[in-house]
Amino acid sequence: MTAPVLAVEDLQVTFATGGATVSAVDRIDLAIGRGEIVGLVGESGCGKSTLANAIMGLLPGSARISGSVELDGRPILGESEDQLRTLRGDRMAMIFQDPSTSLDPTCSVGLQVSETIRAHRPTGKGEAKQRAIDLMREVGIPDAAARYDDAPHRFSGGMRQRIVIAAALANDPALLIADEPTTALDVTIQRQILDLITRLTTDHDTAVLLISHDLGVIAQVADRVGVMYAGQLVERADVHGLFAGPAHPYTRALLAAMPTAGAEPGGLAVIPGQVPDLSGPLPGCRFLDRCPVSHPECVERPPWVSTAATSAACWDVAAQLAGSDADARVTR
Amino acid sequence: MTATTHDETPGGQAGAPLRPDLATEPASRRARVRRTALIGAIILGVLVLLAVLAPLLATHDPEAVDAQRILGAPSASHPFGSDVLGRDVFSRVLYGLRVSLLVAVSSVLISSAVAIPLGAVSGYFGGWVDTLISRPMDMLLVLPALLLAVSLIAIVGPGSVVATLAIAVIYLPILTRVMRGSALSVAGLAYVEGAGARGAGHAKVIAGHVIPNAIGPVVVQASILAGFALQIEAALSFLGLGTQPPTPSLGGMLADGRDVLSQAPWVEIFPGSAIAVAVLSFTLIGDGLRTRFDRAGRAR
Repeated sequence: MTAPVLAVEDLQVTFATGGATVSAVDRIDLAIGRGEIVGLVGESGCGKSTLANAIMGLLPGSARISGSVELDGRPILGESEDQLRTLRGDRMAMIFQDPSTSLDPTCSVGLQVSETIRAHRPTGKGEAKQRAIDLMREVGIPDAAARYDDAPHRFSGGMRQRIVIAAALANDPALLIADEPTTALDVTIQRQILDLITRLTTDHDTAVLLISHDLGVIAQVADRVGVMYAGQLVERADVHGLFAGPAHPYTRALLAAMPTAGAEPGGLAVIPGQVPDLSGPLPGCRFLDRCPVSHPECVERPPWVSTAATSAACWDVAAQLAGSDADARVTR
Repeated sequence: MTATTHDETPGGQAGAPLRPDLATEPASRRARVRRTALIGAIILGVLVLLAVLAPLLATHDPEAVDAQRILGAPSASHPFGSDVLGRDVFSRVLYGLRVSLLVAVSSVLISSAVAIPLGAVSGYFGGWVDTLISRPMDMLLVLPALLLAVSLIAIVGPGSVVATLAIAVIYLPILTRVMRGSALSVAGLAYVEGAGARGAGHAKVIAGHVIPNAIGPVVVQASILAGFALQIEAALSFLGLGTQPPTPSLGGMLADGRDVLSQAPWVEIFPGSAIAVAVLSFTLIGDGLRTRFDRAGRAR
């Protein structure tokens, strides 16, 4: 892989809340190359969006961030707000979850697209409008020129998300972060939006970080996948490897919990237990309390180990690879 | 102890709407409110027209003294009668309305012009910026309105311009607080964050997205406050601190007529009614706007 567009190293985000320190994102390493789509899965509250906002520099002032984030080889963590603003919407852009709330209801959709252009390029109003109309056409808004002045409520959810995508891609960013871009849409529209994101980012060679809690979405579009649990990355693999041979017990449980059409009646598979309280000290594996297998070492930080298909941060996987005897495993 | 668990939700019904007054508010009531707002707008329109056209409509010079007509009863040539100095009450009410409406509207406009950006900045940034803006506003809010106006006038001197500014100062903390609260809720919405994520600067985000979306409650509040501003101006003029004689003002006319109330009630009644009608029109409009914005809020 050539130099990555986005390189995240040892990223940590903590929030100080009422005396306790909550570790929301813990020691994340991540790299995305040109034209590559990296999926990030995990349940609600596992730190996916916090990670995205940390990269964009959109976290509130109460967040403490350490580690390094590089965009096109340029370190952007700790850059001034003014510096970050010149990057946001230009070199890196973001698509939010709910298109019904991510567009200003009092502002025409066209203006919101051209605003992005004018925020970064000294463009005349007419020129920006023309470019915005072209973009709206590119994302599949029928009759784009006539609809430039329409308010967001005159568009359907899918069409609104297309507008959001047009605004995000207006300045041809190197990195696009899509935070649950299809969660608020119904499945048929979901498919169209995913296809649109895939097509546009492939055309423009954009690096994409696709955040989702939906493994189906990830399976459809991502090249590589990272699995997050309780603020940590627990497994990363290319998309085929992950679905063919998940290694981490959490990933396996997550895949097993995926509802499938025509499955046996008898309810859905669930992962027993609860996500640990992230405000305490958590030196060991964070999945420990819910894990079907455990080792004495699990109270220490798990090492990254690689199998043929995937790599995971897990003592059990490490033990299996080391060929250690089954006696060491305590199966619950 | 089991009984208390039942008592904890007296009359609590499953699935009961959170705000039954809003959920069950019949369309007919809303239509009625809209109609009253329309009536308010029509009344205000007529009053504004009367005030603007005062030079054409006035039958006499409002400041002309006529010794022959002292406390003259209403007649064909003097429909509202004459006052202590024989001045035509009808003409004076028209000109008084001019001053009153001008002071009411301009004080609210001045106040809003300052309060809207201040409140928007305060609500959008929060933190120490909010503290820096909100604490002085709270301090201003503690002082009784009329007392604040009287002390400002005591410092600067009386007059309708000073009265306007004094009223604007009184309203500044109220409107700023309304704007701040509204901006605070808007600032947390995804599209404001989204505009930031697209690289728009703070000034652009505030002017382009926060203010347009947060201004509704301020407009409602301002229209109701305009009615009260008219009352405050009348009160100040009544006390001799607002519009200075010989310029006619509704409050000043009330002060003039007070001593002759039993002999010549028309000197008091007509300016008093003019104040009442004007205040009513502002209140009706404010009520109507509030219903409208409430509905818009619920539709989202």
